[in-house]
Amino acid sequence: MVSSAEALVKDANQTLKLDVRDLSIYYGDTPALENVTLDVREHEIFGIIGPANAGKTSFLKTLNRMDMFTSNMKVQGDIHFNGFDIQKTRNIYALRSRIGVVFPLPVGLPLTIYENVALSPRLSGIRNKADLDVIVERCLTRAALWDEVKDRLDSLGSLLSGGQQQRLTIARALSQEPDVLMLDEFSIAVDPVTTMRIEDVLKELKSEMTIILVTNLVQQARRLADRTAFFLEGKCVEIGDTEDLFTGNAKEQSTIDYIEGKFG
Amino acid sequence: MQQGGNKMSHDAFDRRTTDWYIDKLMQSLVFIGGISAIIFIIGIFVFITMEGMDFVISRLDPVEFFTSEYWFPSDEDDPEFGILALIAGTASVTGLAMLVAIPFALGAAIYVGEFATGKTREYLKVLVELLAAIPSVVWGFIGLSIMNPLIIDVFDVPVGLNILNAGIILGLMAAPIMASIAEDALKAVPDGYREAAEAMGATRWQVIFKVVLPAAKNGLLGAVLLGVGRGFGETMAVLMATGHSVNMPDSIFDSVRALTATIAAELGETAVGSDHYGVLFTIGIFLFLITFLINLTADLIVRGVRKG
Repeated sequence: MVSSAEALVKDANQTLKLDVRDLSIYYGDTPALENVTLDVREHEIFGIIGPANAGKTSFLKTLNRMDMFTSNMKVQGDIHFNGFDIQKTRNIYALRSRIGVVFPLPVGLPLTIYENVALSPRLSGIRNKADLDVIVERCLTRAALWDEVKDRLDSLGSLLSGGQQQRLTIARALSQEPDVLMLDEFSIAVDPVTTMRIEDVLKELKSEMTIILVTNLVQQARRLADRTAFFLEGKCVEIGDTEDLFTGNAKEQSTIDYIEGKFG
Repeated sequence: MQQGGNKMSHDAFDRRTTDWYIDKLMQSLVFIGGISAIIFIIGIFVFITMEGMDFVISRLDPVEFFTSEYWFPSDEDDPEFGILALIAGTASVTGLAMLVAIPFALGAAIYVGEFATGKTREYLKVLVELLAAIPSVVWGFIGLSIMNPLIIDVFDVPVGLNILNAGIILGLMAAPIMASIAEDALKAVPDGYREAAEAMGATRWQVIFKVVLPAAKNGLLGAVLLGVGRGFGETMAVLMATGHSVNMPDSIFDSVRALTATIAAELGETAVGSDHYGVLFTIGIFLFLITFLINLTADLIVRGVRKG
């Protein structure tokens, strides 16, 4: 399965999407993540694996400046998005609108299913009903939800089942047409069949956007990610081509142990 | 868009759009709204302090003020400014009111929040809120014309306007507000807690007593304290139902006078700037500080709910 996108990843000249240098995150005085340096390339799926408390979610929060919501969270280091220092942005909302996030627990906003997906396009100024219809159908189809909800788009999104709400969340993130899509344990509330359907969608989406995938399922990282980072206890232990890591070529013993399920 | 991504994004992250300015404008507007509450409360405090300060500095004897039970503020030769009897009046009425209100309020909150369903629940909620909206003068009227003869008949006492009367009236006044806030506290307990406990085979009461009430305890305590604050500051009903006579009470059948009622009844008859005028404002400062403390405590406790 050597797609054109995967070939691109091998290209060292490929555009950097995110450039993270010496990133440390603290909650009060307690470090959650220390001295992480990594880059995410355009049109790749970048996997992050690691046990609980490794700092994976904190890392994602930092990338679109969601750390502002947590008062005792301190961030040090540089993050460049498309070459732009995100700490220097004069319009944080514009930054966030380019980065879609899917949280581990689904958040169906208390709006209709249609409005959940149409919200972001509306915020960015699309008012034409026909245009919105197209966006809503496309995003829901991609999130593998369209067939289940197409006859009841006017019912409340918050009343869907957990798995459906998770797919609604993904559809909503896609409606932003983000540059970068960050998924934090998206499959936690989704059944295996739907998970596989969404995974297929993610592989397709790679040609349009960059995807950062945090997952507890190491096999999911293997199936999807071009490169994978292994986080452990607030450190980024290793970053490498996913194939290398999973075929026993990881440099660190702890990475091999984690992938083989010997701990965590 | 991705192809030209770099260039476009640079501009977008640096360009402040109309939405960005609207956001900042709205933030400033709601900031003004929020800060105005602080300005008003400081303004009120400054006003009553200025009116009372002259008296506090030149005439006030703190020991007499807090420990003398003699309140003769308008005696021309030898005025006495002791508010101990007034404090005792307010404290006894508020205390009794809480004894009446807390069981009622918690009972109502637990029934409405945990047991009642469907229409019963909706009607009860509306009624409780309606009860909270009854003006205090109406409660005072009930105390004067219904409770007064009732207490004289039942307990065979000469006067029915006393601590018992005012305590019951004030308790019934405070109960709906306490019930309403307490019910909110119960509602804030996630249903997952109840389901987890019921799934273990716990009875409804066990679930409420072991899981829901402990989880809601800060909110409930806050509700009680807000009720205390309400009782403490209540004026009209207390003025009408206590009998309004300065008295160190020995029993709940004694008439008393409350701090608030004293201000309400006497302020209109004093000369501005006189000692009597000043001492009433000093009582005002005292009341302000007490209610401030009660509300602050209640607020800190309720806040503890959200953190814990």
